[in-house]
Amino acid sequence: MIVPIHLTNRFIFIIHVFFPISNAESNKMIRAVLVMNTQGKPRLAKFYEFRPVEKQQEIIRNVFAVLCSRPEHVSNFVDAESFFGPDARLVYKHFATLYFVFIFDGSENELAMLDLIQVFVETLDKCFRNVCELDVVFNYSKMHTILDEIIFGGQVLETSSTEVIKAVEEISKLEAASSSINLVSKSVSSWRSR
Amino acid sequence: MGSQGGFGQSKEFLDLIKSIGEARSKAEEDRIVIREIETLKRRISEPDIPKRKMKEYIIRLLYVEMLGHDASFGYIHAVKMTHDDNLPSKRTGYLAVTLFLNDDHDLIILIVNTIQKDLKSDNYLVVCAALNAVCRLINDETIPAVLPLVVDLLSHSKEAVRKKAVMALHSFHRKSPSSVSHLISNFRKRLCDNDPGVMGATLCPLFDLVNADPTPYKDLVVSFVSILKQVAEHRLPKSYDYHQMPAPFVQIKLLKILALLGSGDKLASEHMYTVIGDVIRKGDSSSNIGNAILYESIRCVSSIYPNAKLLEAAADVIAKFLKSDSHNLKYMGIDALGRLIKLSPLIAEQHQLAVIDCLEDPDDTLKRKTFELLYKMTKSSNVEVIVDRMIDYMISISDDHYKTYIASRCVELAEQFAPSNHWFIQTMNKVFEHAGDLVNIKVAHNLMRLIAEGFGEDDDTTYSQLRSSAVESYLRIIGEPKLPSVFLQVICWVLGEYGTADGKHSASYITGKLCDMAEAYSNDETVKAYAITALTKIYSFEIAAGRKVDMLSECQSLVEELLASHSTDLQQRAYELQSVIGLDARAVEAILPHDASCEDIEVDKNISFLNDYVQKAIERGAMPYISENERSGMVNMSNFSSQDQQESGQHGLRFEAYEVPKPPVPSKVTPVSLSSVTDLVPVSESLYARETHHITSVGVASDTGSSGLKLKLDGVQKKWGKPTYSSPASSSNSTSQNPVNGVTKVDVATTVNSKVRDSYDSRKQQNEIDPEKQKLAASLFGGSTKPERRTSASSKVSKASAGAADRPQDSKAAIVPNKTSGEKTNQQPPPQDLLDLGEPTVTVAPPTVDPFQQLEGLLDASISSTVSPSVGAVSNAPDIMSLYTGSTSSEQRGAGGYIPVTGDNLNLLSELSSAAAVRGTTGETNAAPLSLSVKGANAKDSLEKDAKVRQMGVTPTSQNPNLFRDLLG
Repeated sequence: MIVPIHLTNRFIFIIHVFFPISNAESNKMIRAVLVMNTQGKPRLAKFYEFRPVEKQQEIIRNVFAVLCSRPEHVSNFVDAESFFGPDARLVYKHFATLYFVFIFDGSENELAMLDLIQVFVETLDKCFRNVCELDVVFNYSKMHTILDEIIFGGQVLETSSTEVIKAVEEISKLEAASSSINLVSKSVSSWRSR
Repeated sequence: MGSQGGFGQSKEFLDLIKSIGEARSKAEEDRIVIREIETLKRRISEPDIPKRKMKEYIIRLLYVEMLGHDASFGYIHAVKMTHDDNLPSKRTGYLAVTLFLNDDHDLIILIVNTIQKDLKSDNYLVVCAALNAVCRLINDETIPAVLPLVVDLLSHSKEAVRKKAVMALHSFHRKSPSSVSHLISNFRKRLCDNDPGVMGATLCPLFDLVNADPTPYKDLVVSFVSILKQVAEHRLPKSYDYHQMPAPFVQIKLLKILALLGSGDKLASEHMYTVIGDVIRKGDSSSNIGNAILYESIRCVSSIYPNAKLLEAAADVIAKFLKSDSHNLKYMGIDALGRLIKLSPLIAEQHQLAVIDCLEDPDDTLKRKTFELLYKMTKSSNVEVIVDRMIDYMISISDDHYKTYIASRCVELAEQFAPSNHWFIQTMNKVFEHAGDLVNIKVAHNLMRLIAEGFGEDDDTTYSQLRSSAVESYLRIIGEPKLPSVFLQVICWVLGEYGTADGKHSASYITGKLCDMAEAYSNDETVKAYAITALTKIYSFEIAAGRKVDMLSECQSLVEELLASHSTDLQQRAYELQSVIGLDARAVEAILPHDASCEDIEVDKNISFLNDYVQKAIERGAMPYISENERSGMVNMSNFSSQDQQESGQHGLRFEAYEVPKPPVPSKVTPVSLSSVTDLVPVSESLYARETHHITSVGVASDTGSSGLKLKLDGVQKKWGKPTYSSPASSSNSTSQNPVNGVTKVDVATTVNSKVRDSYDSRKQQNEIDPEKQKLAASLFGGSTKPERRTSASSKVSKASAGAADRPQDSKAAIVPNKTSGEKTNQQPPPQDLLDLGEPTVTVAPPTVDPFQQLEGLLDASISSTVSPSVGAVSNAPDIMSLYTGSTSSEQRGAGGYIPVTGDNLNLLSELSSAAAVRGTTGETNAAPLSLSVKGANAKDSLEKDAKVRQMGVTPTSQNPNLFRDLLG
């Protein structure tokens, strides 16, 4: 019997080429929008690429862990590659008890994303008059309506908050008109009995 | 009022949210949610639920799923809801399905029909909701079902619908470009939409398209430029202002597209210079969004064909960013610096202290960005400092992902720029020690190869010095606890090959160490395999040298243990060790020649050296070898066995007769297949030895075979691998061809040096700076341009002057591009540009196609607009002129083809044009005709320019001219 014998650990010569992370393949888009409170509870989660529920939770947890560990007075940008795939960046903004987080890739400009968060929050603020966490929680579908007017399929659709508000108001009006049984809806503010 | 408006919820839902909000632990929250799921499951399947209730259930389901619980039981109800005629229900249904389902979910098939119906709806909100679902849920198989409807919606009367239809088409393009390739012209049309929102949305797909291939969109450069101009001049509706900036997001997107279109294209870039300059000038650095635009402008400037004025402006902006207190701006500044440094390497000099500050910032993001910048700046003169810093940081972090990344960066830089072999090995050791298991195994192999081959064409003494220094360092490191497996493998290999080579260490000392290692990492089989092979090698070297081998007892026990190992590989190696030790010196020398890991080994695939032996065996009456395809009997045998198996499976009786076995056909001995002879003939001891040798050679042969891939190391001293970062137009070879250039170069070099030093000194006086930092800055930045300072900078850097040969080159290289851009003259083309195939050639032939024809596609869109093309062209003519005057003045070249237009004239004309422009038509409608007219005017000019350019020779920005430096010597 002949047995191949490797008496030496000769190695195969392969040039080690470091490929730069290629972003040619990745979709140029905003990948996710998250709103969570300072305890890490998600208040709004929208993923523009499909992710299974467990994966979504994992991402939310990871994002929260990163945000918690950020010291104060540092930049609003975080590298999100480790939990969101290559070239992913994360921009967050902290308002009162809420974190607004946009996850996107190299096609977007970080500072501009920061301002897009601002647009989103300004719009919410105008829609809800001094938006607070409770508004966000209780108006889950309206939040989505607003967000859908700003970001559509992962692309920035509209950046003027007045335009967004106009669209959202029109939707509300038409919806109210078309629902035949228009019960007096219990308003959150009255429930909160301010 | 705020939270009402049809969005009200029931008490139950509010209670749910409240109780979840008050939950103290995750477990408590889970309990609440699970109870909620039970309730929903029960309720949702009740008959005749009022629509409002149903809608709320679905929202509650969404909420439950957001909290991470499975709500799949409700998906079908969400789908059902999309069929509802009631608008709020339908919208909620669509919202739910887009959040719940993926585009390959089974339920999609139930929705496609509804989507088709809704896309035709009269109510635009229904259409919008359906389009939203289209983006998310339609996959490449279902695209044809909705595509015609979506295309129809592109000309819907509501801009909200048009906007979303563009996006939907874009999503189709992303998912399956082939399905909509014939519809791409629609994007061009929508660029001229009356509504700025639609135009803005169209920029998204255009950006993607240009990114994929800019060539077909070069004709749009002028349109984009004019749109950007108009946006920057505040011509969009007030509602697009954001913090007093006119439509900043549109500006950013346009700058991105221009950056792509202008990259490596001088002609296209020239159209952009004026408008980019305007944008930078108008940029408001006090607001966040203003800075975003400024940053995007820098990106654009660094990407298009370089223009000295713009580079200067960009450098100013960067300085502002870096001086700011905001971490965000610092981050952007560092990023921008990294982009600009390719074009003007000197720019980093002014910011050295700011960069050092960022490196020491507590903000991880900023730190990483700074490392990115340093990576781009690395030269052989500062590689030590940078890599040391990187390794320090690598040790300090726990994030495996980034650790891997930065480790690979360190290795890359070290391989490229290492000033000395010793330093390289030390660096690699550190990397392996701290991130060994994260490093690609190939890096380890490279290191081994390097130690085996040495670098460049050094003499033998340096070789052996290198090796013994490696052995020494490994013997030191070996004692450390918990070394990564990859590193141990390297150590074992090096100790095995070179442990006893210089005679400093006795074989028993090295073998003892190897045995200790095998014992300490006894659950790592690879390490054990490396160790035992290293032992084999050391013993065989001993035998070959004629010394007596006495195995240590621990070694003996290790071999015994491995002989009984479960791993056949380990067993194999142990047996090999045993048999090698039993051989005489001559045989051992033949099997394992000393220091032969780099030898080329010839492989005798025919094993002709066995012919004699075979001949003898046949003479003695052995069966000749029959090659496999000639072994008919054997084939039948295998057939039988398979038949038998079949039959036994059938449990049936066989009634037909057995086939008569055919007699074997005798054949001549073919040496080709001799290897299997050994199956038939008894193997004698000596044959075994010879064979083993040659079989090993086969194993090694694969190395030499692939060594054709090896880097070419000849002539490159103290450096290996090709440098990644390089300054453009840095051609050291051009000096010889262009003596005039050489002289000016020296001048510039000295002036720059003195200038930089001055500025440095003055800053030093201004504020007291930590001397440590200064030292660091000096070692980081001082490398190339301040040779006089290097001597005092740090001992490390002076040590780096081992690579003095290439430093003068470097310093020249660093200055040349700055000079060329500074004087704004086209110099002699560096020779390597001819080779630079990666870059689009700048001397593009002037457009021969009739520009009018080209623009017809564009104009189709503007039919809906009220302005006729001719009017547009006339009214826009002044704009074109301004564009041209702008470019001429900025270039100061005085090209003959330009009509001199004074500033006054220009203003007058542009006022005229704005008066002439029909009110109510927005800027976008003008864009198309403008592009047409400019194109027409351009053809002549570009011809002239082209000729001129050819005369003078061109210096296109070459990304990586150093690539060729190695090749050209």
